[in-house]
Amino acid sequence: MGAAKVGVVVFPGSNCDHDAYNVFKNVLNTDTKFLWHKDGSIGDRNIIILPGGFSYGDYLRCGAISKFSNIMKDVISFANKGGIVIGICNGFQVLCEAGLLPGALMRNKNLKFICKTVTLKVENNKSIFTGEYKIKEEINIPIAHGEGNYFCDDETLTSLIGKNQILFTYTDNPNGSINNIAGIQNANRNVLGLMPHPERASEEITGNTDGRRLFESVIESVL
Amino acid sequence: MYKSKINITIRKTILDPQGKAVEHSLKSLGYEKIIDTRIGKYIELIIDVKSEDEAEKISKEACEKLLANSVMEDFTIHVEEVK
Repeated sequence: MGAAKVGVVVFPGSNCDHDAYNVFKNVLNTDTKFLWHKDGSIGDRNIIILPGGFSYGDYLRCGAISKFSNIMKDVISFANKGGIVIGICNGFQVLCEAGLLPGALMRNKNLKFICKTVTLKVENNKSIFTGEYKIKEEINIPIAHGEGNYFCDDETLTSLIGKNQILFTYTDNPNGSINNIAGIQNANRNVLGLMPHPERASEEITGNTDGRRLFESVIESVL
Repeated sequence: MYKSKINITIRKTILDPQGKAVEHSLKSLGYEKIIDTRIGKYIELIIDVKSEDEAEKISKEACEKLLANSVMEDFTIHVEEVK
């Protein structure tokens, strides 16, 4: 697995950066580095992770300020050239705000911060992010968010469905997301955003390993 | 100099769960005449330019680029001169 070079972006307020780093570095033995938000370049990294947390204190809107950070300029140009970017939780919010993924994450329908393990269904296993899963496989992954209610207009939803961009759905919708959407990829299939935390479900010690295959899929794809 | 008063609300077509929760609370206080409640953000900008048009233009740009998210929010801008 020598080819994957992972960069985990650290924003002020990121709090799942070490979890993501740990999975790539110690569980999957991958070349992994942190990237500080003030850095101007992602360097030689070929997989970028935008981790969970509360970047810039979630001020204004979740992810709204992060999209203008120094490192994001390079992340956006990397993604637009086909580079692999994964946004988890707050990272998903940043990707939507930055326009790398369509739609937006709104306040959970029941107004509560929800922290629990939920069941997801793999809707498409023909992506670089889900190749190691079976189609329609049900996996258990934790969520921890207050703003994970995915919304987009009808036209965007039709396009997401038509282009098989919906990768994960909730079997029991916890937050009001349109069409039970938990995770989507962009039309070019190189950017993934999801609210659940696969990095918290990648080692036996954290209770389950259903999330690990997502990272294994993406590492496999750059070999 | 101009003061720009910006109101940002969740689009009319989208459910505003916070507004709904507050509306129910108002109803339980007896305010039956209040038939809709929406909660948003209020932002004030002081803009050092010579004309109202310029202040409007800058405010609109700021809303489109950062202050509001056009996927889910609408905004209104009211500009007034300040001494």
